Amino acid sequence: MKKRTFALALAAVTAVSSLLTGCGGGTSESASAASEGSGELYVYNWGEYIDEDVITQFEDETGIKVIYDMFETNEEMYPVIEAGGVNYDVVCPSDYMIQKMIENGMLAELNFDNIPNIKEIDETYMEMSKAFDPDNKYSVPYCWGTVGILYNTKRLQELGVEPPTAWADLWDERLSGEILMQDSVRDAFMVALKKDGFSMNSVDENELQQAKQDLVDQKPLVQAYVIDQVRDKMIGGEAAVGVIYSGEMLYIQEEVANLGLDYTLEYVIPEEGTNLWLDSWVIPKNAKNKENAEKWIDFLCRPEIAKANFEYITYATPNKGAFDLLDEEIQNNKAVFPDIDSLKNSEVFQYLGDEADTLYNNLWKEVKSN
Amino acid sequence: MSKKLLAGPYLIWMTGFIVIPLLLIVYYGLTDRTGAFTLANILSIATAEHAKALWLSLGLSLMSTVICLLLAYPLAMILRNRQMGQSSFIVFIFILPMWMNFLLRTLAWQTLLEKGGVINGILTALHLPNQNLINTPGAIILGMVYNFLPFMVLPIYNVLCKIDDNTINAARDLGANFAQTLWWIWFPLSVPGVISGITMVFVPSLTTFVISNLLGGSKILLIGNVIEQEFTKGSNWHMGSGLSLVLMAFILLSMALIAKYDKNGEGSTF
Repeated sequence: MKKRTFALALAAVTAVSSLLTGCGGGTSESASAASEGSGELYVYNWGEYIDEDVITQFEDETGIKVIYDMFETNEEMYPVIEAGGVNYDVVCPSDYMIQKMIENGMLAELNFDNIPNIKEIDETYMEMSKAFDPDNKYSVPYCWGTVGILYNTKRLQELGVEPPTAWADLWDERLSGEILMQDSVRDAFMVALKKDGFSMNSVDENELQQAKQDLVDQKPLVQAYVIDQVRDKMIGGEAAVGVIYSGEMLYIQEEVANLGLDYTLEYVIPEEGTNLWLDSWVIPKNAKNKENAEKWIDFLCRPEIAKANFEYITYATPNKGAFDLLDEEIQNNKAVFPDIDSLKNSEVFQYLGDEADTLYNNLWKEVKSN
Repeated sequence: MSKKLLAGPYLIWMTGFIVIPLLLIVYYGLTDRTGAFTLANILSIATAEHAKALWLSLGLSLMSTVICLLLAYPLAMILRNRQMGQSSFIVFIFILPMWMNFLLRTLAWQTLLEKGGVINGILTALHLPNQNLINTPGAIILGMVYNFLPFMVLPIYNVLCKIDDNTINAARDLGANFAQTLWWIWFPLSVPGVISGITMVFVPSLTTFVISNLLGGSKILLIGNVIEQEFTKGSNWHMGSGLSLVLMAFILLSMALIAKYDKNGEGSTF
């Protein structure tokens, strides 16, 4: 999902482009391979969402020249693919956006004969993908995770509040000014809908009105609505609880240890269930280098490559081969790789259609302007 | 003929990057998702949330413009009366922070204002009670004033520099005291600079969404935030464009003000 700050993404752009220019004079092997006309590959991915060495390795191995671009949000990526100004060959959107692209006929079916490493992807995640790609025809999972509550143990003790276990705990009056909420429509409504026991993909007007009212009621308790900044604000001890993407946990735990802070930050998946998200590779219909794109996907499914990417991105990998290569300590880190049992109430975001999107947006504006 | 050729690049620039994008916004603003003509996007400014956001934006940007003016005018007068070397050094100091990215400067304010931030750290060290500074309308105004103050100082300073010393001395000789000189001489002669400064502060304050996101904790919805949300999160370019057109009306209004009072372009910033 959303990674790091924009500044870092910019830095990464520069770094990648310098890498790309740098490998023009690569090994003679890759140079000769390139001259055989293995062609190009236009990749469109989230910022900070790959280990850059992996790109170089792919180029050296296949002789395919990678042109790598990045986006910040799914909504920003969509019109680019739709307009087709640049024909990207392989893109990595999130669950609900993949569904939207499938429904609008923008994606090509994958030829899994060219992606033998698909066997490395755990069956669980292929099942999960069926929420947005019913026949597993269009997408290959790349990263996944959950959304949960991050809390500051010491701060909660000072306030005399027990650690949260449910979304409903974010409506506790004692936490006034201590809550960081996600500043995005669907994530914020997910919290309220789940608290009320509804589906987070609800399009029922009454359910959504109730969720909106809950968010309005919660607003005085909220310190700020933020996205990437939850991480830094929580590390800085600005707030007691924050809604956060699980992928940030490894970084946070490392940082808390490095800074020698006198408090710990813990992550919990609320019992009402949460947003289970997946980012997967897909190939747009207008791709010019479909076979190269399939090579790329196959390459990324290789366990050691997936491991390198996991270590860089720190978002959970659906690749069981890569998982087996990890240290036991990380394998047992429940914040990164939660037990599947703890996810039984969780759902994957679905695309709800333009009309429902507009309804969500209008209700969110009502919350914000209240 | 050769003169026309020289104008060519500017013409291409202006049509490509100003006229065509503007026309696109007008097109998006006046159509719906199916491409049919509609005024709904523009009229949506009247809905409770949008009107409130616009009203709040107008209020906050007006406030920051007034504060900027009150701070900038005396400063510009002081600068004018300094010797050349001194004043240009002070102007340089004023412009210096603008060499750094706008986002970084705003993020720096976040670090200063936070609960565990620098200002509260100093207060704690002095055994004074901590203040809740960030995520308030006050913090947003502070961010606007800080970021846009140079745009108020420079045009006023420029226009004051052009006032002939003899005019001031004549006023003194005729017995005007400081207040009278200020009101009857300084101020009327500096109106073009003041108007230019007001526009340079008011327009970006009115349309900002970054400052309210970073210093307001996204809890305060300004019209800029609404437009940003329509484009980046709502995927509704039509509504976003329609609201932009409404904002543009306010901007055109201030441009008209400039044209009326600043006929010779004296108050230009640089």
